Amino acid sequence: MLTNSMFTKLLIANRGEIACRIIKTAQAMGVRTVALYSDADKNARHVAMADESFYLGGSAPADSYLKGDLIIEIAKKAQAQAIHPGYGFLSENADFARKCEAAGIVFVGPGSDAIDAMGSKSAAKAIMTAAQVPLVPGYHGDDQTDATLKAEALKIGFPMLIKAAYGGGGKGMRIVEHEGEIMDAINSARREAASSFGNDKLLMERYLRQPRHVEVQVFADTFGNAIYLSDRDCSIQRRHQKVVEEAPAPGLSDELRAQMGEAAVAAAKAIDYVGAGTVEFLLDTDNSFYFMEMNTRLQVEHPVTEMVTGQDLVKWQLMVASGQPLPLKQDEVRIHGHAFEVRIYAEDPQNEFLPASGKLNFLREPEQSKYVRIDSGIRENDVISNFYDPMIAKLIVWDESRPRALQRLVHALESYQISGLKHNIEFLANIAEHPAFAKADFSTDFINRYGDALIGSASSETDTAIAFAALYQVLARKEAAKAQAINSADPYSPWGQVSGFRLNSVSQHTIALLDDAHELQQLVLLDFGDHYLLSQPAADGQVSKSLSGELKQDLLLAEINGHKSKVPVSAQGDDFTLFLPSGSYHFRAVKTQVVEAESSNEDKLKAPMNGTVVTHLVEVGAEVKAGQGLLVMEAMKMEYTIEAPFDGIVTEFYFKAGELVSDGAVLLHVEPKAQSEEA
Amino acid sequence: MTQLSSRINARSDEFKAKSDDMAALVADLKTKLAKIELGGGPVALERHLARGKLLPRQRVEKLLDAGSPFLELSQFAAFDVYDEEVPAAGIIAGIGRVSGVECMIIANDATVKGGTYYPITVKKHLRAQEIASRCHLPCIYLVDSGGANLPRQDEVFPDRDHFGRIFYNQAQMSAKGIPQIAVVMGLCTAGGAYVPAMADESIIVKEQGTIFLAGPPLVKAATGEEVSAEELGGADVHTKISGVADHLAQNDEHALELARRAVLRLNHQKQINSLLSPVKPPKFDINELYGIVGTDLKKPFDVKEVIARIVDDSDFDEFKANYGATLVCGFARIHGYPVGIVANNGILFSESAQKGAHFIELCCQRKIPLLFLQNITGFMVGKKYEHEGIAKHGAKMVTAVSCANVPKFTVIIGGSYGAGNYGMCGRAFEPTMMWMWPNARISVMGGEQAAGVLATVRRDGLARKGEAWSIEDEKAFKAPIIAQYDKEGHPYHASARLWDDGIIDPAQTRDVVGLALSAALNAPIEDTRFGVFRM
Repeated sequence: MLTNSMFTKLLIANRGEIACRIIKTAQAMGVRTVALYSDADKNARHVAMADESFYLGGSAPADSYLKGDLIIEIAKKAQAQAIHPGYGFLSENADFARKCEAAGIVFVGPGSDAIDAMGSKSAAKAIMTAAQVPLVPGYHGDDQTDATLKAEALKIGFPMLIKAAYGGGGKGMRIVEHEGEIMDAINSARREAASSFGNDKLLMERYLRQPRHVEVQVFADTFGNAIYLSDRDCSIQRRHQKVVEEAPAPGLSDELRAQMGEAAVAAAKAIDYVGAGTVEFLLDTDNSFYFMEMNTRLQVEHPVTEMVTGQDLVKWQLMVASGQPLPLKQDEVRIHGHAFEVRIYAEDPQNEFLPASGKLNFLREPEQSKYVRIDSGIRENDVISNFYDPMIAKLIVWDESRPRALQRLVHALESYQISGLKHNIEFLANIAEHPAFAKADFSTDFINRYGDALIGSASSETDTAIAFAALYQVLARKEAAKAQAINSADPYSPWGQVSGFRLNSVSQHTIALLDDAHELQQLVLLDFGDHYLLSQPAADGQVSKSLSGELKQDLLLAEINGHKSKVPVSAQGDDFTLFLPSGSYHFRAVKTQVVEAESSNEDKLKAPMNGTVVTHLVEVGAEVKAGQGLLVMEAMKMEYTIEAPFDGIVTEFYFKAGELVSDGAVLLHVEPKAQSEEA
Repeated sequence: MTQLSSRINARSDEFKAKSDDMAALVADLKTKLAKIELGGGPVALERHLARGKLLPRQRVEKLLDAGSPFLELSQFAAFDVYDEEVPAAGIIAGIGRVSGVECMIIANDATVKGGTYYPITVKKHLRAQEIASRCHLPCIYLVDSGGANLPRQDEVFPDRDHFGRIFYNQAQMSAKGIPQIAVVMGLCTAGGAYVPAMADESIIVKEQGTIFLAGPPLVKAATGEEVSAEELGGADVHTKISGVADHLAQNDEHALELARRAVLRLNHQKQINSLLSPVKPPKFDINELYGIVGTDLKKPFDVKEVIARIVDDSDFDEFKANYGATLVCGFARIHGYPVGIVANNGILFSESAQKGAHFIELCCQRKIPLLFLQNITGFMVGKKYEHEGIAKHGAKMVTAVSCANVPKFTVIIGGSYGAGNYGMCGRAFEPTMMWMWPNARISVMGGEQAAGVLATVRRDGLARKGEAWSIEDEKAFKAPIIAQYDKEGHPYHASARLWDDGIIDPAQTRDVVGLALSAALNAPIEDTRFGVFRM
């Protein structure tokens, strides 16, 4: 076994941004890196960054990143002395940690016993009670019968929370507001817990209405040293998934900070913890705090702690794992400035945050500096696969104070440009610009409370965007025609100039665009050679805008009524996105509105995205009412119910439970009532 | 390479006055055109739209490639010809790009008298086909017509250049490899049924298009059979049962998209055997043509000022600049295409006519298209000129113009009178396309001259009878003749009868000629064989 000397080779049993993040530190420390990849990740960034990489298997995690034995085999073959599990996948799998130990490979993380201890939330709470860490009232027992769970639930009172005992990250969690909902919630939580974590054991506890989520980063070494490295506020959550994190948690007294830090260290010591861990607390409005859980891994949001402490936590992990002591003592830890992290996701805030998958065909990140950091595993033209978490990147900003850091965040989000996929950048910007957020006046229900305002309509300046879009469209047509003409037998033909020439009239361009709201915008742009005129409907009749400009690759240099601006544009076929200061606006150029013979009701029986069929809710031959649930499918670890679009009879299911279905596949056939009666 | 210079003073009062006069004519042209473009009026438009159909101009717009120019023909066809208004003769015709191919588009306007064919409608349709045939342009017919206008059947049906000629032309063009595509977007009755039936490929719109030799009323009258239009010859019938149409479209937009795809399948590639150059705009502002030319035909202008505003880089290599100088001949480029220009700078003399014939021979030898800029009162008259044989020298030019097999384009930029019209490629000499400026006039001679000739004949007649003719009486005699000539020589009158292919804003001359030149080059330029030149 190695002691005190750093590994020479590290295998990273993960993918995406965290794999890239770990590789970066390892390379800076002179440690060679081994990456792993699935089918979907063949050309992923983490593979490109690593010194070498090995193929694992199919794209589904169970066929690749969860194959612990294979990963250990590869580590041996590659002669890696250590495995860093990142977060998620095998990072909190005690079995895997044990197997690494048995194979003589260092698992970069706590010992398997500590993972075990914290892996079961019930066990964790028992230990914390013994260590006098305050706990929320609840039931963590082994008796999982319906009767007991229901009885215990009534003891705890409402609102209460049901969650997977072996889970994390919000999956399998249900909030129960009153008695009548208990059994439904238990059943669906069990199902999700079983499918996500392979264990359907549940725990229940009192639900605090206005709590903040404050967590403490702890670090312990093999010499019995344990310290805390600032706290983080992760109250901005959606469905228990963190959206915005910051360090330090705002508005805490030094005294409270120290109390929480010490409680966290006590928790770590109670299980002989080693390495990086996070102790999560609920902070009530009266400054009392309750232990929630301990995450025995490096957290997604660790960068905010790095930014305010000036430390590299991955480097600390590797040092501790290689048997070195912690580089700092508690009184040497300095907190400087304030940091935010936002998670940029491929998802559609306007459509229930439905995860998006596909090619990210345009990506311009804000410039990185000591103030702005981006942790990402995705490059332009990479594909966001539906097999994994659809996170595109983490944007981290730092400055001397919270208000200044917040300003950095807003600015960085403004200059973050993504197209090809739906994303949550505007949503994040709306949070960052919300007055309550600026005042740090929030709790974990922030997004629920301000939801509509945060999701917004994204179309505050639609008319302006349409003017830019029309100009872009005409300039792009001209560029495309020029490029096409050059290679033709008639390169200078006036027919190929896209002049919009009309005899005895002003030249004109007709433009039809579908905007984000799927509204058809039909416009006529008059072409005067050196400028264009666009007439748009306005509150007081028509307004006329004078437009001119040129297209320089991805940049539209536009002048509208004398106002010059530079607008980045990304285009893919007929689709294009304009990045304006007020947000990004997506358009699709349409030539004709072709109506193909297809009923829209049929669309409602199609898979909304790639995923797996979970269960059929009715039998073949069942008579169903419009709106009745017919089939449950799971995609991105979320369940979707396919409902009957009309009254009718289910005649056939095209997929069995457990089968994979691709986006747009027709899932079943429902014979409409009227027709089935005739037949 | 010789760059033309310009000697005009655009700040002079005279220039400004002339410019204002021309601007007023152009404004009148555009005002009248705006009304013509409304088609059959609000009631008919509403009825058309209520059926879920697109208006004919919307159809053309959606058929064209995005941003494609549309060189419309004969916008003033049938203007003030009939007792009733028949805007654009109820048919829209023009050249535009569809799927990258220059096509002739012929679209019935069902809002105008149900899209029925008036005599001028037939003439316009045939003329568009003639241009398509000459330029090898695929034809796309957007059919929505009730067929021949029955009250005027004797002017529409029996003669050579009447209705039947449409189908003859379709067959002839198809035989020459010029594609014929029909889109049935409404009625297509009787003779009209042959448009899709004769087409190489045809598309029909569901629940809109119908094709039958006889409509339901005629069928009932003839055989007593009662049948609905849809059952008789609807889209389903023709795409499933009869095979008269090839593609079923869900609606107008779908049909136009199918037509675009049909063009894409033509496997058509334009071949050009001319030496092309990158396009350079003229050095001088084309809008100055208004002030240079004005509207008073008696005020001469230097045609080189016009050429300098039409040709690429104002670059004009003149041929025989110092010989027969009243006819300006020379080589230039318009939108990158080589062109030989023949333009009037005064009355034609023997030398100018001989020079013109020589120059036309050169262009034919070199396969360079010709552009005639007509502003001509005629050939010089008088004893001296007759004795030197101006008639045979003029004949040389007319022979050259008649036989020249290169694309020929004529723009009447001023007067077009008498034999000057012949030598300068008037309508009878089959220019590929021909246009008039709004200030132009066309007649056998000027109104004053005609009135003068007729007055002389009358005075001589009266003198023989020994009767006197007062100045006042002579004036009263001449006035209606002058008025008649002025009316009949006016571009609106001329264009309404298709003596040309359209009236154009002088400021668009360069673009119109450029588009026409380019369209004409879809056809290979044939060798020319000249007739006997009288020496």
